[in-house]
Amino acid sequence: MTTTVTSHRPQPPAQPLTLRARRLPAYAAPVIAVVALLVSAGIVYGAGIGGPVLVVVLGALLYLGGLYAAANAVEGRRAARNRTWSALIHSAFVLAVLPLASVVWTLVSKGSERLDGNFFGTSMNNIGARDANGGAYHAIIGTLEQVGIATLITVPLGVLCAIYVVEYGRGRFAFTIRFFVDVMTGIPSIVTGLFVLAFWVLIVSPWFNDGRPGFSGFAAALALSVLMLPTVVRSTEEMLRLVPAPLREGAYALGVPKWKTILRVVLPTALPGIVTGIMLAIARAAGETAPVLLVAGGGAAINLNPFENNQSSLALFVYQQAGEASKYSPARAWTAALTLVALVLVLTVAAKLLARRNRLGR
Amino acid sequence: MGESPHRSAHAGTGGTRVATSHEWPAGASARVAERSGIPGIPDNGLGGGGGLPRARAFGAERAFRGLTLAAGTTVLVVIAAIAIFLIAKAVPALRDNTESFWTFEGWFPNDDPPKFGIGALAFGTVLTALLALLMAVPVALGIALYLSHYAPRRLGNALGFLIDLLAAVPSVVFGLWGRDYFAQPVADLSAWLHRYFGWIPIFGDGPYGNSILLGSVVLAIMVLPIVTSLSREVFRQTPTANEEAALALGATRWEMVRTAVLPYGRPGVIAAVMLGLGRALGETIALALTLGSTYAISFNVLQSGGNSIAANIANRFAEANDTGRGALIASGLVLFAITLIVNITARAIIYRRREFTESAA
Amino acid sequence: MAKRIEATDVTAYYGGFKAIENINLTVEPKTVTALIGPSGCGKSTFLRSVNRMHEVLPGARVEGSLTIDNQDIYDRDVDVTAVRRMIGMVFQRPNPFPTMSIFENVVAGLRLNGVRRKSILEEAAEKALRSANLWDEVKDRLGKPGAGLSGGQQQRLCIARTIAVEPQVVLMDEPCSALDPISTLAIEDLMFQLKDKFTIIIVTHNMQQAARVSDRTAFFSIEKTGDPGRLIEYDNTQKIFSNPSQKKTEDYITGRFG
Repeated sequence: MTTTVTSHRPQPPAQPLTLRARRLPAYAAPVIAVVALLVSAGIVYGAGIGGPVLVVVLGALLYLGGLYAAANAVEGRRAARNRTWSALIHSAFVLAVLPLASVVWTLVSKGSERLDGNFFGTSMNNIGARDANGGAYHAIIGTLEQVGIATLITVPLGVLCAIYVVEYGRGRFAFTIRFFVDVMTGIPSIVTGLFVLAFWVLIVSPWFNDGRPGFSGFAAALALSVLMLPTVVRSTEEMLRLVPAPLREGAYALGVPKWKTILRVVLPTALPGIVTGIMLAIARAAGETAPVLLVAGGGAAINLNPFENNQSSLALFVYQQAGEASKYSPARAWTAALTLVALVLVLTVAAKLLARRNRLGR
Repeated sequence: MGESPHRSAHAGTGGTRVATSHEWPAGASARVAERSGIPGIPDNGLGGGGGLPRARAFGAERAFRGLTLAAGTTVLVVIAAIAIFLIAKAVPALRDNTESFWTFEGWFPNDDPPKFGIGALAFGTVLTALLALLMAVPVALGIALYLSHYAPRRLGNALGFLIDLLAAVPSVVFGLWGRDYFAQPVADLSAWLHRYFGWIPIFGDGPYGNSILLGSVVLAIMVLPIVTSLSREVFRQTPTANEEAALALGATRWEMVRTAVLPYGRPGVIAAVMLGLGRALGETIALALTLGSTYAISFNVLQSGGNSIAANIANRFAEANDTGRGALIASGLVLFAITLIVNITARAIIYRRREFTESAA
Repeated sequence: MAKRIEATDVTAYYGGFKAIENINLTVEPKTVTALIGPSGCGKSTFLRSVNRMHEVLPGARVEGSLTIDNQDIYDRDVDVTAVRRMIGMVFQRPNPFPTMSIFENVVAGLRLNGVRRKSILEEAAEKALRSANLWDEVKDRLGKPGAGLSGGQQQRLCIARTIAVEPQVVLMDEPCSALDPISTLAIEDLMFQLKDKFTIIIVTHNMQQAARVSDRTAFFSIEKTGDPGRLIEYDNTQKIFSNPSQKKTEDYITGRFG
């Protein structure tokens, strides 16, 4: 039976008799590219079915096909596949860079229009559709206060929860908590907003607000902390697990109780990593619009008190300005967006730099 | 970044890194133990002879343990509270609804009698999210592979950092860009697609504007950095030993990727895609700005229209009365359920896969 | 099957660092050649340049000439993948593909070469596993993950994977350093059998092992850290271990340094 099989396929491991392989010359790829573009231009303009964009797209497809055919003929199927996949992977990169670069370019060019003192020093109070000025001071205050309160709530809760899961938790209950923390990462921000709306704004806050629903910055902070909690727990958990066991044992052997070991030895060791996780969570929370829209109420005036009355936030400000009819609002929206992105990026970059210095590493 | 290529080549093996990570904690433990140990000795009262001190029933240990347990329980309480409060607020509105919540195509909860249905919204949510993933995932995996295995190491690291930053850009920025600067090109594309591919039902007639296509492309662009960033991280963790094994068998670079990198990274990639799906399903503001806010189930992705649960909540919240809020909360409950199902399925897949690879490794 | 390898003035770099300098040696077909020497002397670097695995690391490059039956491995028209198929390699740590079964691991190389037919693959897998003295231990669980085997079995699985593509030369980079003595013995036995068909070059830290398994031994050394590794002496194993011509070799094998 084996002889019949091997008769039409000589030897299974098809050993190369020579190491030399025929190669496509170096000029082949550019030549194919030019030919593909020319053919594509001929087809597109000849048939009148589109413009330069289509020429490039069709040209790219023709190039991939042509490259595969040429490589297949000269170098064989494996090399041809390798070349085609390599070209595809590179083109995926180019394809994605275009829109992302456009977003960044628009953000910077449009956002710098209103980058002035007035924007950062004033609110939108009494700014009508015909007023060119008006700023985001109230929104910046709102973002800082809401994110700050959310951090104050989340960090102790999240870190303690992670400590329970890593250091104390055993068996089913700890597993359940881990599982639901994972699940919680996937809860959409709008749902956390609705939750705080239902729970805090509509049910709890009317008790001490003369029966009226109390939209406030604090409510937004609650919603943001529900969003941040799973991120903080997961990153803390990961960092705690990286703390080497001999370190804990060393402390136990000195007669240090477990809770003290955790607070004085384990936590300080894992601290840079934990801070990184917290900063990334803050960065994400600062950019959230949906929950703030639902529970903070928005508002054009400066409100320094997060516990009473409506507050805005930068992200919400961008969204509201985007919906305004005034011809001045797009500039305000883009500048606020640029400010928000700058804030988020500063946090992210700082977090990444801190992570790089973290010696526990991954 | 500042590493020489020689060093960074070895960093992938992991062996040296474990060694360095031990050095510093060991020193820290000595330092910290000194500080905490010395004041502790007098309290223990060990110097006086006699038996060992008994374990205290209500000591700091128990208190701390209880505190962490309470924090852990909070997570479960919050998840349960989300479900309970959403249901509590949704039920009255659902009771007042005079049309079928599941099939009615429209959203008039503020009218008397209130009429609203989730069907079109849920459809739009799932459709935009799936289309977005369909576009984003292949490209994201391509970029992730480019960054981890094709680009020169320094360039890969620098661009990877940039992608991480883009993943942090708030969605409202993408939405604003999509509505103001991307709608026109997409409208042109829509007209072209309809002209030459109109025989495919999804490429129907205009008017073109804020459409499912625009929404899902913006969503794809937004999800792209997230999926890329996570997948790149996974691909980078492929053991060098396995990559070399494939190369030593005479694999081309693509074959090495296919035999060593992709199978190893599969659970991680599934997790990344699922996270992307979760983001896409729950995305609010980008879609509120780029979808057409209509309430019809239509597979024509080019025509102005389309809606999603989250976008609808953002758009209709300001005008909502009591029933209106209840209706929106009810729709949020459906979204919560959808994401919960997606998430739990994803986790189940990942846990099962992880067990396989871990027992294997 | 087996082929002769000739190295002429081989010098290898990692970026700006010169790891080995002017290595000249000839490896005869169907022999086992051991490369010994202190850590960092460039044995592994030389081994990896023989099948062009050296250049996989960023910034690494090789100068000089390496030929296999008079074909230059580093010639510009040479297909790297063909070189690696002809010259297989077994690594220091067993590295079976973690997501593949035992069977899939063994036939991974064949599949890459486009062999799809199940009967051919099964036949080749059995042959390779038998050659690697592993068949009897795994024949009942070919579908189980390859990483579930013991360390020694995993290493023999990797050897089976390497010889399944029927290379001419097998390179082994300290194949026993991560294994216990019994597994080590099994692999040494295997080398005896394999040299009937293949040319084997093995890097080892263990001088007894070199003395036991090899026909020829090459001793590499460095002057001091940071200097490139050089070939000090290359001769029949028996000569090296009984009556080396270089003082340095004698110092090393008698344990006076290294």
